[in-house]
Amino acid sequence: METIFNSLIRAFYLIVTLDKSFTEIVVLSFKVSGGALILASLIGLPLGAFMALKTFPLRNTLFGIVNALLGLPPVLVGLLLYLFLSRRGPLGFLSILYTPYAMVIAQSILAFPHVCAISASAIRGVNPNLKLLCKTLGATEFQTALTIIREARFGIITAVMAAFGRVISEVGAILIVGGNILGVTRVMTTAIVLETDKGDFELALALGIVLLSVSLIINTLVSKIQSRYVHLSQSERGFLQ
Amino acid sequence: MNSKYLSMCLFVIVAVACLTISTGNLSAETSIRCATTTSLQNSGLLDYILPLFKKKTGIRVDAVAVGTGAALEIGKRGDADFVFVHAKDLELKAVQEGYFTNRMEFMYNDFIIVGPSNDPAKIKGIKKASEGFDKISKSGSLFISRGDNSGTHVKELSIWKDSGIHPKGQPWYLEAGQGMSKTLRLASEKSAYTLTDRSTWLADKDKPELTLLLEKDATLINYYSVMAVNPQKNPAAKYTEAMEFINWVTSKEGTDAIREFKDKAGNQLFYIIEKH
Repeated sequence: METIFNSLIRAFYLIVTLDKSFTEIVVLSFKVSGGALILASLIGLPLGAFMALKTFPLRNTLFGIVNALLGLPPVLVGLLLYLFLSRRGPLGFLSILYTPYAMVIAQSILAFPHVCAISASAIRGVNPNLKLLCKTLGATEFQTALTIIREARFGIITAVMAAFGRVISEVGAILIVGGNILGVTRVMTTAIVLETDKGDFELALALGIVLLSVSLIINTLVSKIQSRYVHLSQSERGFLQ
Repeated sequence: MNSKYLSMCLFVIVAVACLTISTGNLSAETSIRCATTTSLQNSGLLDYILPLFKKKTGIRVDAVAVGTGAALEIGKRGDADFVFVHAKDLELKAVQEGYFTNRMEFMYNDFIIVGPSNDPAKIKGIKKASEGFDKISKSGSLFISRGDNSGTHVKELSIWKDSGIHPKGQPWYLEAGQGMSKTLRLASEKSAYTLTDRSTWLADKDKPELTLLLEKDATLINYYSVMAVNPQKNPAAKYTEAMEFINWVTSKEGTDAIREFKDKAGNQLFYIIEKH
């Protein structure tokens, strides 16, 4: 009990004084996960919108695949990416194994299904009468699509935030492809693993507190957005019917 | 919660992205990668000597700490420029296969057998490691093995071989598959015996409830070597810079730094092999 209490006090001290060993790791975490989120959104959002708005062959199969990928195990992503990026692997010429770039790629693979599947289902969930309304008002297909996506904006933001929550707290993949190198690829989760190993609980706890706060903030925002979304769509449904 | 608020959220995300892209490439300094063992990282030696080397040469060494077996694999694949490990037989085999070159065995510490303080197998006072292992197996007390093909694991298996016992699959023999500190913690929680290197044992801040029971057998000496990845096998390896480190760490300056390195309680953790 004494260990926990003492470590907690020292952990708060690290946070309050913005200790360099602590801030460096937090900043890198946000850079890596933020970068991964952008990459995943650049591919996942357009694909999600396309899947939701267009009918094409194998559309349901594609939905099935993306939904299945939601449960992709991070360590498997790490292992496969390691084999690809290793100098003996097919992408070895890039020589990015054990760099932040490899970590960004790993996390964007993990974030992509969340961004794509949740935004697609949000866009699909928009009241179908809206499409008819746009058409009667003489909108082109592109304008109609834009209007529908605009209606689904809360759902899309939820998708991006859910993906961020997944990657910022992920450890399996980035430990394998990042290597947990001090000052280069050591992020919050991998540092917690190492510091716990070393019995250095204060830094581990300080980083844990930051992680917990991040996920609390994200979840609060998501639930606020969702309640707003439900409220909005109800009023609009009334208008459209 | 209005759309202004939401666009602010989006703005923050975009800002983070720009930050990532603009500062993505850390800097243009030269860096080499070292695949090494958890004992050197967990004891704090690397954090002590790598900055000294950087100050001297400007070369940053990025250390990836895994077990010796895994470190050799990383080196064989060309994903590191040199290795800093401790399993002589595995090392010599890899050198013979042509994966590594310029092997220098220059530093040592020793292994010790630790266990619960009430010592149910009565190994305290025994001089030979293999005899101690024999007693542990006969008493049926738990023994935790690293089980990860690390240098410590390789040493442990050779001691079992000396004692003529096949521990694998026995109910009292548990394979952790974890680093040294985690294995010590596991042994502490389960009141079990285990083999550890002395530096990890001394440097561990959260002292497990174990006692040192057997030490100073000649077979328990733990030699560390550095060796460069052979550029003929892996042309991308930074051989010149790796050799610069190997030459430095085995020079007077490097070895003095290793001798000076102490744990929090002031114990010297690593010793240098004196040249004849």
